[in-house]
Amino acid sequence: MLRYTIRRLVQLVGVVLVLSLLLFAWMRSLPGGPVSALLGERATPESREALTKQLGLDQPIFVQYFKFLGRAASGDFGVSTGVQPGDSALDIFLQRFPATIELSFFAIVIAIAVGVPLGYLAAKRRGGWFDNFSVIGSLIGVAVPVFFLAYVLKDVASDALGLPSFGRQGDIDATRVTGFFTLDGLLTGEFDATLDALEHLILPAIALATIPFAVIFRITRAAVLDVLDEDFVRTAESKGLTAPVIRRRHVLRNSMLPVVTTIGLQTGALLSGAVLTEKVFVIPGVGQALAIGFERRDYPVLLLLIIMATIVYVVVNLLVDLSYALIDPRIRTR
Amino acid sequence: MALGVSKKEKIDGLADTAGVSLAASAWKRLKRSPVFLIGATIIGIFVVLSVLAPWLAPHDPADKMLIEQVVKARNEIPPAQPGHLLGGDLQGRDFFSRLLVGSQQTLIVGVGATLIGLTGGLILGTLAGAIGGWVDSIVMRLVDVMLSLPSLLLAFSIAAMFARPSQFTVILAVAIVQIPVFARLLRGSMLAQRHSDHVLAATALGVKKGAIVFRHMLPNSLSPVIVQSTLVLATAIIEAAALSFLGLGNPDDRIPEWGQMLGDVQNVFDTHPHLAAWPAVCIIIVALGFTLMGETLREALDPKNRR
Repeated sequence: MLRYTIRRLVQLVGVVLVLSLLLFAWMRSLPGGPVSALLGERATPESREALTKQLGLDQPIFVQYFKFLGRAASGDFGVSTGVQPGDSALDIFLQRFPATIELSFFAIVIAIAVGVPLGYLAAKRRGGWFDNFSVIGSLIGVAVPVFFLAYVLKDVASDALGLPSFGRQGDIDATRVTGFFTLDGLLTGEFDATLDALEHLILPAIALATIPFAVIFRITRAAVLDVLDEDFVRTAESKGLTAPVIRRRHVLRNSMLPVVTTIGLQTGALLSGAVLTEKVFVIPGVGQALAIGFERRDYPVLLLLIIMATIVYVVVNLLVDLSYALIDPRIRTR
Repeated sequence: MALGVSKKEKIDGLADTAGVSLAASAWKRLKRSPVFLIGATIIGIFVVLSVLAPWLAPHDPADKMLIEQVVKARNEIPPAQPGHLLGGDLQGRDFFSRLLVGSQQTLIVGVGATLIGLTGGLILGTLAGAIGGWVDSIVMRLVDVMLSLPSLLLAFSIAAMFARPSQFTVILAVAIVQIPVFARLLRGSMLAQRHSDHVLAATALGVKKGAIVFRHMLPNSLSPVIVQSTLVLATAIIEAAALSFLGLGNPDDRIPEWGQMLGDVQNVFDTHPHLAAWPAVCIIIVALGFTLMGETLREALDPKNRR
């Protein structure tokens, strides 16, 4: 188990290094490059040359890359040119990370809380109208562009439900402890702040939850269908076990493995979806920074945020793999 | 998933599987699946419309014929009127014609991205699976790196690489993301066949390695690839819309595309919702059509369902 974890972490380091090299080469190969970005198109050749020297851009690319790695090791990933011009890329990431985690967390909780029970019920009523209806519903969920749904929720549902149509901004008078709006209110006893934060989160979280919900629903349904056909379920039934016991101990537990894997893989959809959702609801998170970064081509910020997204994605999937052992004792013995 | 293929149909199918190819028995079941027929009908209409769109469209989609009805200060756009079924867009162009002609570019984006992704994945997957050894290692490490990035984020990053975005860069960005998925699919199925009897038999008969790969192994790997391609057609169209939404799409809107039409009107969503709703509904219906086809194909081509 420990060896497996270490091996996976070493692999992660390899992936991050290769990815950073690719991203670095990509940034340097861009037309214009950082000199034009900083000085503008109308700079004199002399000032361009001076800045090129100053930034070390006249050196071979691998020398530049190693210097970048050296600076990155001490937390210096460069300065933002578009998202928050002048701020360090790392600061931007650290300021914005909690909001994205919070949004993604609520989205995946909604997706699991709705998707797993619905998938189970659909499987139990296979072929019935409830089953067909929810399968078609989940397929439509995948077909809807996330940002369109976000706009519909923002412009239509927020009016109808009396919910705020924008995400919580940073400039509120609640005490900040962790950076998580919902958690800070609980920690400082300002429960109205937590409630307010939840109100701001609910619509974006629903929009972001649609894709993971649809996938979790379908995987749960398929997994439960597989398990229901198994001999041990029939044995449990013939032993006279009650339905709730069979459901909990035999069916759900055995169908959770593929579901947990899927939840891990959905982190990717959450991170990409956050770019779109945060843009629509103006949530000051990492996704919004990425959206602005893509629009304004803020390469230092993009480089750092993409690498961070990759690390989060890979680490979550590692945790998911490790959790298999908790669900399935057979994997522990390997 | 038993999408529209009932248990009774499965049992009926049992009797006639003997001596029938997988494709033939799959087709037999598909013909009776209402869900597949709905998907196929949607896609059929979509393809016919997109081919005929230039002749069917009442007006030139690039002609700003209603421009004098656009009042920027009062945020007014041309309403529906005789000759202009859905009114005009923000630049006074006939919205109905744009929607109709938009189907063509949407089809091109979907098919183009799928074909490029498929070709790339076919080459890499076949190389890795058929040659093995260090080629396999290099290809699969590359695939691992690409798959360790959330896919849509990778598409955004690739699209941001191009200084001058166009329809082609959109297609490329959406396609490259699919390459590792296809590559892994093909490699897996190649590896599984390496020691199977039909390959062994061909080797024993002295068939050349290349011929074994292309005549025996590749055709046997195609069914998961066909399913995946159908599903990618749907995601490609949706992802192209997301690219436009982030300003990474094709800036030239003389020839419209649904994703671009949807992404470009984000700032007027609350005042003119129909400008977004129409292309969005078109995208949803077409994506649903491809998904329905893909899912029923997956089920029909799954040998487990033949039994």
